[in-house]
Amino acid sequence: MGAREDILSAVRAAGVPACEHPGAAGLGVECDDLAARFAEMLSAAGGVCVRVPDLATADRALREAPAYRQARCVASLVPGVGVGTIDPARVGDPHDLAGLDLCVVPAELGVAENGAVWIDGRRLPHRALIVICEHLAVVVEAPTLVADLHQAYARLEPGGGFGLFLAGPSKTADIEQSLVIGAQGARSCLVLLVG
Amino acid sequence: MLTVALFVPCYVDQFYPQVAFAALRVLERHGVRVEFPEQQTCCGQPMANSGCASDAAALAEKFLRVFGGYDHVVAPSGSCVAMVRRHYAALVGDRPGVDHLATRTYELCEFLHDVLRVTRVDGRFPHRVGLHRSCHGHRELRLASGSERMVEPFDKVKTLLGSIDGITVVEPSRPDECCGFGGTFAVAEEAVSCAMGRDRILDHERAGAEVITGVDMSCLMHMEGLLRRAGASLRVMHVAEVMAEAGA
Amino acid sequence: MGHPQSAGRFLRDEVRARRHDQSLWWVRQQRDAAARRVPDWEALRERAEAIKAHTASRLGDYLEEFERHATARGARVHWARDGEEHNRIVHGLLAERGARRLVKSKSMLTEECGLNPYLEARGIEVTDTDLGERIVQLDGRHPSHIVMPAIHMTREAIGELFHRTIGTEPGLTDPKALTEAARQHLRQKLLAAEAGLTGVNFAIAETGGLVVVTNEGNADMGTALPPLHIAAMGIEKVIPRFEDLGVFLRLLARSATGQALSTYTSHFHGPRPGGELHIVIVDAGRTGLLGADGFRRALQCIRCGACLNTCPVYRRSGGHSYTWVVPGPIGSVLAPSRDVVAHQTLPFASSLCGSCSDVCPVRIDLHDLLLRWRQEIVSRRVVPFGRRAAMRVASLVLRSTSLYERVGRLVRWGMRVLPRRWVAACSLGWARQREWPVPPRESFRELYRRTNGRP
Repeated sequence: MGAREDILSAVRAAGVPACEHPGAAGLGVECDDLAARFAEMLSAAGGVCVRVPDLATADRALREAPAYRQARCVASLVPGVGVGTIDPARVGDPHDLAGLDLCVVPAELGVAENGAVWIDGRRLPHRALIVICEHLAVVVEAPTLVADLHQAYARLEPGGGFGLFLAGPSKTADIEQSLVIGAQGARSCLVLLVG
Repeated sequence: MLTVALFVPCYVDQFYPQVAFAALRVLERHGVRVEFPEQQTCCGQPMANSGCASDAAALAEKFLRVFGGYDHVVAPSGSCVAMVRRHYAALVGDRPGVDHLATRTYELCEFLHDVLRVTRVDGRFPHRVGLHRSCHGHRELRLASGSERMVEPFDKVKTLLGSIDGITVVEPSRPDECCGFGGTFAVAEEAVSCAMGRDRILDHERAGAEVITGVDMSCLMHMEGLLRRAGASLRVMHVAEVMAEAGA
Repeated sequence: MGHPQSAGRFLRDEVRARRHDQSLWWVRQQRDAAARRVPDWEALRERAEAIKAHTASRLGDYLEEFERHATARGARVHWARDGEEHNRIVHGLLAERGARRLVKSKSMLTEECGLNPYLEARGIEVTDTDLGERIVQLDGRHPSHIVMPAIHMTREAIGELFHRTIGTEPGLTDPKALTEAARQHLRQKLLAAEAGLTGVNFAIAETGGLVVVTNEGNADMGTALPPLHIAAMGIEKVIPRFEDLGVFLRLLARSATGQALSTYTSHFHGPRPGGELHIVIVDAGRTGLLGADGFRRALQCIRCGACLNTCPVYRRSGGHSYTWVVPGPIGSVLAPSRDVVAHQTLPFASSLCGSCSDVCPVRIDLHDLLLRWRQEIVSRRVVPFGRRAAMRVASLVLRSTSLYERVGRLVRWGMRVLPRRWVAACSLGWARQREWPVPPRESFRELYRRTNGRP
């Protein structure tokens, strides 16, 4: 197409002086207590972190959460944590997930400097699951915590498919800079840190 | 004995001669021989800031002729010195001596702090003084670390002022927000300029300042203009005046 | 209306102006607090700047690499030279599929292109799903801030707007309640949407992926439900490697709002199963900037908005005082490259304090670029003759020491003897709210000469 050639030749004709890529080494933070830092930053992002020794305790902690107790429609993608009332893999159209109260999802790692978890989209039958539900519970293993995003990206597969860093519940401060938790996505985010 | 050429900003020469004399006195008190090259007029900043590069360049050339022979040029102004150090290269960079002159032109406090290594300014000034951190000296000459950057904190002007006996340097809540003078900005964007100036004054008043001081008389002229129109009692004094009065 | 007049109007509502200034200063302070907790903050800024500079030097290769990998993952890549072409492509994609309901997450690029009115004129219902953008959309205005689009509005005004447009009860002003009402309203739109359009924060050459960042989750919702995802990106959004994201993402949210990371940092690699992903790569004046040696650095911008938050002029004049859709320092550097006549007041809407340059996460020397634009505007004779002439006369006087001394003496004499009214009238507006300095009888040099330096 004409536009592609026009743009690329204009870009190449721009005469930008050459310079090297600086690389990604030498950046990042040290962290003595990854779990404590993770919990602190998740809390700052409006989420809640509960440390549990194993999945069974995670399940118990989840059942005690008000969001779970009040939920009528639940989906769980983590066997042993929460009991689903629907199986999202059997739902053909993600629109039909609109009534989902709570979803339990697995995360691959957590980042201490910002309280975010990495959710791999290949483990979600539908991407919509992480935004359409009213409440989210995330299960992540404590040994997978890293200090900062550089370490996180070093562990992730470049270009693995859909994936996201999720830092707490959905939020906005668009009205007079007043922070409101629960904009379009989940109104709460409980992270069960296992191990 | 160190000899410096005193560079007096044009508006200080015309409207605030006492500031230039205070600078002269402070330098002499610190053992410096001060010469005043009489051919000097203006560094060209108003023209440069208006985008009139060739008009500014003509004045830069004159400046180079007047001051080129000196080992040290000192001015009681952060913005004029920033003009010479940071902007002359773009205007007259091809002239011999421009780079050399740029490295030898200092704002008064930075000269005392960096070259003379003054750690204590003698005298007494038993007043509450609000330090206004004029932007060009602050961010272009790096007289202080600045609130935006995450670096080891330092503040050359505050260190010097703070060493004066009896002085209390008070901090406004916004430590280095612009006063709104900005050269021709003061009239081109008059409404915003005055709103900014009034906010600075209020901030210093709330911090308990009796005197607002700074390294640039332009900022102080703008704030003084607002203060006098409002009939307020808060005074403005250039840092040279504070130091001169302290040691008088 | 140029910036000075619009700013003057904004400042007439002193209460609103003060609130606006304080809200944005608060956000600046949040940024400071977040940055302080990052020990390698300044090193990160330098690294980000260097990555962007390198990318610009090989932009053609990186764009091709991005296209190759994106296509290999099943995305379709389109190219648009300008806003018109971009709008035609987007409309074409919708029309081909019979899609009439589009949801959009934040994209300043689409604001630049005027996408919304273009689509609406052709029968497409466009819903901006970012809360701030939805508010200004319902209000019929452009965003006034690139990150916080409705920062210029009070909760009362938003409540009034929602009552008028989406049927909330009159007098509802609580932000939580208003946000809840918007959630329900937007959810309906998102569930009914036939296509979703997003902006792009970063496009990764190495993988062909896109990164879209939100706090609300609206971009994810808008792309997870409808089968068609259109992503609009400027050519400057591409970065070389997956790992480079660590550098930019550690800077972005902290600079924008003081958060360590935004809630949703979504990585899209190819369409979702059963769906389509179309990426529109847009020039719209960017290659012009790339070729302009002195202004190229402005393309490093990652649209964080930190320069707006710190700018004392933006805070006191509001985004709608600027003549372009992107306001503040970065807008004032980009806009003149599109139309130097229309936007000639913007480079002068600054005191050149330099705060913007020091908060910019990619170290664009914004205040130097604003000065450079002033020089361009003068050399292209866009500045009115009167202003140029005045500076020429002043320069000529100052070139002659004796002339300068005489003019100085005359001016001071005039200020002392003329009626106050006359002096005020000659002051070019200085005297509207300020006194002028008391003119001394003798200048410094006269006093120095007379007393041999010993007054």
